Amino acid sequence: MRTILPFGPQHPVLPEPIHLKLVVEEEKVVEALPNLGYVHRGLEKLTDIRDYNQMVNIVERVCGICSCIHALNFCEAVEEMMKIEVPQRAHFLRVMWSEIHRIHSHLLWLGLFADGFGFESLFMQLWRIRERSMDLMEATAGNRVVISTNIVGGVRKDITEEQKTWILAEIDKIEAEVRQVEKTLLSDYTVKSRCCGKGVLTKEQAHQLGAVGPCLRGSGWAQDARMTGYAAYGQLDFEPVVEHDGDSYARCVVRFREVYTSCDLVRQALAKLPGGELAAKFKAKPEGEVWRRVEQPRGELFYYIKGNGSKFLERVRIRTPTFANIPPLLAMLPGCDLADVPVIVLSIDPCISCTER
Amino acid sequence: MFEMTRNVLKNLMGKYSTRLYPFDTREPFERFRGTLDINVEECIFCSTCAKKCPSQCITVDVKNRTWTCDSFACVYCAVCVESCPTQCMSMYPVTKPAAGEKSLIFYQGAAKIKKPKAEKPA
Ligand code: SF4
Ligand code: SF4
Repeated sequence: MRTILPFGPQHPVLPEPIHLKLVVEEEKVVEALPNLGYVHRGLEKLTDIRDYNQMVNIVERVCGICSCIHALNFCEAVEEMMKIEVPQRAHFLRVMWSEIHRIHSHLLWLGLFADGFGFESLFMQLWRIRERSMDLMEATAGNRVVISTNIVGGVRKDITEEQKTWILAEIDKIEAEVRQVEKTLLSDYTVKSRCCGKGVLTKEQAHQLGAVGPCLRGSGWAQDARMTGYAAYGQLDFEPVVEHDGDSYARCVVRFREVYTSCDLVRQALAKLPGGELAAKFKAKPEGEVWRRVEQPRGELFYYIKGNGSKFLERVRIRTPTFANIPPLLAMLPGCDLADVPVIVLSIDPCISCTER
Repeated sequence: MFEMTRNVLKNLMGKYSTRLYPFDTREPFERFRGTLDINVEECIFCSTCAKKCPSQCITVDVKNRTWTCDSFACVYCAVCVESCPTQCMSMYPVTKPAAGEKSLIFYQGAAKIKKPKAEKPA
């Protein structure tokens, strides 16, 4: 017998509202239909009344977790449109902050994931490690999450030599502490039984449905927008993390290993950090059309902006990674047990308020 | 499962990772953007801050020489602080205390007695 069960918008595992209509046949999910739109805020439309400099602060608020990367993408798009040459130091600092952001986002997710299948103490442990990355941001930029360091033309904040040494020491500690929980999270029997083989997304499906980020890389595609070399990534040594199983576990492993890559990228960026200006001066007004993509913790983030020669942009279009990952999610759910739905939904790292903007 | 044992013991034996918050607070970071304030004596009521503010929470009344900021709409981005020509605004690394009701930060500047030329800040 078929039953339709509502999942969400309020659900213990979901920090944000998404509603899924689950068509269930004897505890097995047959079909899932999403229902979005609970937290639409109309941020794109704000471009009518806020100029492009103020928009940087607004796009930062699209996502509460990867705010800095939104601003980075927006600034890069405007810079490309106005042909601003960004100083090298700014590029490297942008990479540093993006990667610290990625560490904090992934640790947040890993904690929530552990909590999703009831491993409360691991959740606490991971969030405790995460506090270090929050401190890094607060001490260098002045805020814990919405750090507002990117501006059109460069960055606003600089780091001192002492801070550099301290950041490197903290990054080492983060890495060491994450390594300590690696075995617990990745080889534990309970964890594996809740994740392995659950919510499989095959390589073909991932490609056809346009999955991005850890969802895509967990299904065997070595695709990461950081490979395009935006900001200073082109000058750093970077290999995307790839897993081949396509299940919840693979996505978890990808994120786990990306924490190490991020630590490594922060070190590289700081080792190569050149001196010089923080931000370029410019006089132009944005005109023309530009699109730009960068890699967020959740996947590829896409910005399209159109300027009309005034200080107000004509259009800002944001496609966030969760938006792209919802069709793959709907392909993962059919066939799974009802009890596994929360963990599978979590495994795409849903960020609903950025999806709806 | 034994990998966590060390951690568990450390958590049991070691000192707390959390603080007893309102009684035991942490030294804030120097760059922390906590509260916003203005030295109204130096303000020339040019409205730059009001124009640059992304949340548009500052109102500058040039005629009556008042400066108002809705501190509950402010997002503490420090754009205004950086753009002020006389550098009369500052941010302090103090957490904004909890409030029972919404209030505005309101300042009334001294009346313009001297001629505009003498008004220029040092
Ligand atoms: S920018 Fe500075 S001087 Fe101008 S109105 Fe604002 S606080 Fe006063
Ligand atoms: S800190 Fe930012 S939001 Fe607050 S008043 Fe200044 S510019 Fe506006």
